[in-house]
Amino acid sequence: MSLDEYTRREFKQVGTRVRRPDGVDKVTGRAMYGADATAPGMLTGRILRSPHAHARIRSIATSAAEALPGVKAVITSADLSVPEDEFIRDVQDNCMARGKALYDGHAVAAVAATDAATARAALKLIKVDYEPLPHVTDVDVAIRPGAPVVQEGRALENVPAGMSANVTSHSEFGHGTPAEGFARADKIIERSFRTAATHQGYIEPHACLASYAADGKADLWCCTQGQFFVRTLCSAIMGMEASQLRVTASEIGGGFGGKTTVFIEPVALALSRKAGRPVKIVMTRDEVFRATGPTVSTSMDIKIGMTSDGRITAGEAHLRYSGGAFPCGTVDMGGQAAFAAYDLEHVRTFGWNVLTNRPKEAAYRAPGAPQAIYAVESVIDELCQHFGLDPIDVRLKNAAKKGTKSSYGPTFPDIGLVATLEAAKKHPHYSAPLKDGQGRGISCGFWFNFGGNSCVSLNVNTDGTIGVTEGNPDIGGSRASISLMAAEELGIPYDRVRTIVADTSSLGYNDVTDGSRVTFAVGLATIKAARAAIRLMCERAAKIWGIDAEAVEWKDGAAVPAGPNAGKFPPMSLAEIAAVSFETGGPIAGHHEVNVDGAGVSFGVHIVDVEVDKETGATKVLRYTVFQDAGKAVHPSYVEGQMQGGAVQGIGWALNEEYIYGADGRLQNPGFLDYRVPVASDLPMIDTVILEIPNPGHPYGVRGVGETGIVPPLAALSNAVSRSAGIRLCELPMSPPRVLKALTGAG
Amino acid sequence: MVKVRLWGSLRQAADGKTEVEVEARNFKELLDRLAATYPGLEPQIRRGVSLSLDGVIYREAWFTEIRPDAEVVLMPYMTGG
Amino acid sequence: MKSIPVSTTINGDPYEFLCAPDETLLDVLRNRLSLTGAKEGCGTGDCGACSVTLNGRLVCSCLVLGAEAQGAEISTIEGMADGDELHPLQRHFIDHAALQCGICTPGILVAAKSLLEKNPAPTDEEVRYWLAGNLCRCTGYDKIIAAVQAAAAEMRGA
Repeated sequence: MSLDEYTRREFKQVGTRVRRPDGVDKVTGRAMYGADATAPGMLTGRILRSPHAHARIRSIATSAAEALPGVKAVITSADLSVPEDEFIRDVQDNCMARGKALYDGHAVAAVAATDAATARAALKLIKVDYEPLPHVTDVDVAIRPGAPVVQEGRALENVPAGMSANVTSHSEFGHGTPAEGFARADKIIERSFRTAATHQGYIEPHACLASYAADGKADLWCCTQGQFFVRTLCSAIMGMEASQLRVTASEIGGGFGGKTTVFIEPVALALSRKAGRPVKIVMTRDEVFRATGPTVSTSMDIKIGMTSDGRITAGEAHLRYSGGAFPCGTVDMGGQAAFAAYDLEHVRTFGWNVLTNRPKEAAYRAPGAPQAIYAVESVIDELCQHFGLDPIDVRLKNAAKKGTKSSYGPTFPDIGLVATLEAAKKHPHYSAPLKDGQGRGISCGFWFNFGGNSCVSLNVNTDGTIGVTEGNPDIGGSRASISLMAAEELGIPYDRVRTIVADTSSLGYNDVTDGSRVTFAVGLATIKAARAAIRLMCERAAKIWGIDAEAVEWKDGAAVPAGPNAGKFPPMSLAEIAAVSFETGGPIAGHHEVNVDGAGVSFGVHIVDVEVDKETGATKVLRYTVFQDAGKAVHPSYVEGQMQGGAVQGIGWALNEEYIYGADGRLQNPGFLDYRVPVASDLPMIDTVILEIPNPGHPYGVRGVGETGIVPPLAALSNAVSRSAGIRLCELPMSPPRVLKALTGAG
Repeated sequence: MVKVRLWGSLRQAADGKTEVEVEARNFKELLDRLAATYPGLEPQIRRGVSLSLDGVIYREAWFTEIRPDAEVVLMPYMTGG
Repeated sequence: MKSIPVSTTINGDPYEFLCAPDETLLDVLRNRLSLTGAKEGCGTGDCGACSVTLNGRLVCSCLVLGAEAQGAEISTIEGMADGDELHPLQRHFIDHAALQCGICTPGILVAAKSLLEKNPAPTDEEVRYWLAGNLCRCTGYDKIIAAVQAAAAEMRGA
């Protein structure tokens, strides 16, 4: 992968706000989501879940359920294979408990019946003999030696001896000698922080329809961020060959990382295999909260030293993350991201992952980064307050830039943080006056961004239109962006391109829609596929003209002779070449398959104004502005949408959202009434400023924008609350009761 | 020889060093030599690593060429949301 | 449980169906009548993805029993466009990029239409409070508010 992909160009279509191709389907109710599919003879599947936070499963008696008329299959973990691969085994054990139920809501059995009422009745007839075990849901308790052990023997070789068996991994990043840096500081602040687990909160519950035929072939329809990865997981769990399982991604009703794995899909396949009929499973919201991926819950200690003129002399972080009942590497990303925005001589982060009796963590937008960066940005802000320094000036003074040795190791190439901070500083929001009782907070954010495996096929139809086939579910307008890039490269109007998302039997492997990768990586593959088709079209024109293919070039949607020596021929348009393609050698298509790197890291800066109601503890968000580098915004509206959506998820995380566990280890708020995501009346408009600093790793300079936006809000809100209410909270969410308590405590 | 920077917790697997040198022309050779020279690194390499070459992060890409003066940093294999 | 026969009108068309006494209107629409535009996001009236109107009143169809549809006039997202002519709200939602994943969109459109019928010139704050029962997790609501206001302006002839 060469990283000099980018060439400067004037765009004709990229950067315009075209209508998305799936728009009409989605405003008319025509679009088919996970729960909208049916099949002849379809059964309804339902899952029995553990009411215990931690329990040994002595036995499961299913015969009474099986005997109920209308019940066609009952399964437990005994009906699934035991994959050799540890990662896949964990995924499977999360789908269906084997031996022990590890959290409240852990699946233990499932039924398929002729209708939902019968399926529900059958669940009640399944008798599970549980031996309740001591449980632990708090990361700080779980890390102590002597805490109840969630799973034995899961520690990696990097865990120091003598720690609780719940500690599964340890990591350390950084350089320099923090003690030396701290010795040079005029002020050192040390704080401990905690953040609650939050849920991605997509409005569409997980849903799938599985049909397993007697000949061993199966079809699976599901809402997922990655149908190919679903195939990898399900075929391993079912003991199937990949070619025998075709997975089709439905339209997806939100994911944010939470639909990058499987929960119900292997269960539906196993039920279908046993029943010999298609089985549909749709989760309830309660199941979504109890059994699908929240983020990690965290406990963190941060220590930062600063000189009186605002230079950070050293930073240190101890991060304890819990990804629930299974090992999880998210803390490694938190440890690398924590101080990534800063140019530091001395920096060190230490991370531990700790098992708790909570659901298995699933990725959520920039996994691991929001928490660690919240803690670091809070302490930096407190230091700014201590010295009376401007928070943007301090960040500019310490900002990472080209040549900075990053806190996670590599030396940064060109990055856009300084430009982003400068844009924030000169924006009218930053200098707008505040009223009494209002506070303004800012924070930087960082995320790595990824590329990944991408396949695109581009077919030139004989009428001069284009079909693009790609393999990534469209979660926020990506079909529009991909069509725009194809149209730009080919030089034809956007509405002559139709982009579809293929099933797993129609295209090579595509990585999941994650890591802010699709517009970047699939876009790159699309441009290369278009170039392949252009090469063919130039060859065809050359044959027609009777000149060498090298003497033909592509310009404004047509083949033209390259220079005066090539001969004098009028331009031959794409449509004209396509119309005679059968006569000139056959259908014309281009394709490209690649594992893309060079996504380039991403920085963002957020400014927020709030007012804390000192009687209720409620925080009102008054004004919000997001600054982020998009490299090149292919469809600016959907870039803004990513920035706005990420910011609002971060606002929810900062102010209200949390998993609340009772002393019994059960989740107390598995519904949208008690797990409160931001609603329209909570919010102001979210202003956006898109910076466009071309990414050298993409032909059009595109940089992924999906994840960074969720990183800065946590600290930005906390910093704003501290300036509005005069209290520094070190725990998220800053829910009204918690703020009130702090206000009362502050006297 | 290529200098490879390791992250801190790999020190114990690399004779206490956070920077090691191996003979390698590309990522594949680099990972193979690292695992052979420092068997303690092998479990982590098997679980997955990313590599940064002159500041650009690669997650797979065995045959990416490494010049002897390049900056190479080993990182955990990472995923997004 | 004995099924109940129900006669109702949906988007101006007569419908007859049998449903169980405890079956929700949402389940009837989706599972018996193949009107899957209304979505189930929670089943408890918290998310608004299943919004329809029942005799002109905006309701969460997951909180209405199918049997309550007897003799009623129901409007769903499927009835919002006039043939291939989109309603101004639908058009402005596309033009303003007011949807990302689109799962909340049918419910929000039904709710917004209901608002504009009562209040053709709402303030931003009125739109925000009216739509507070419709959760959207993708957009941060910004472009939804802008789209509703643009449609309202067009419908007023402004």
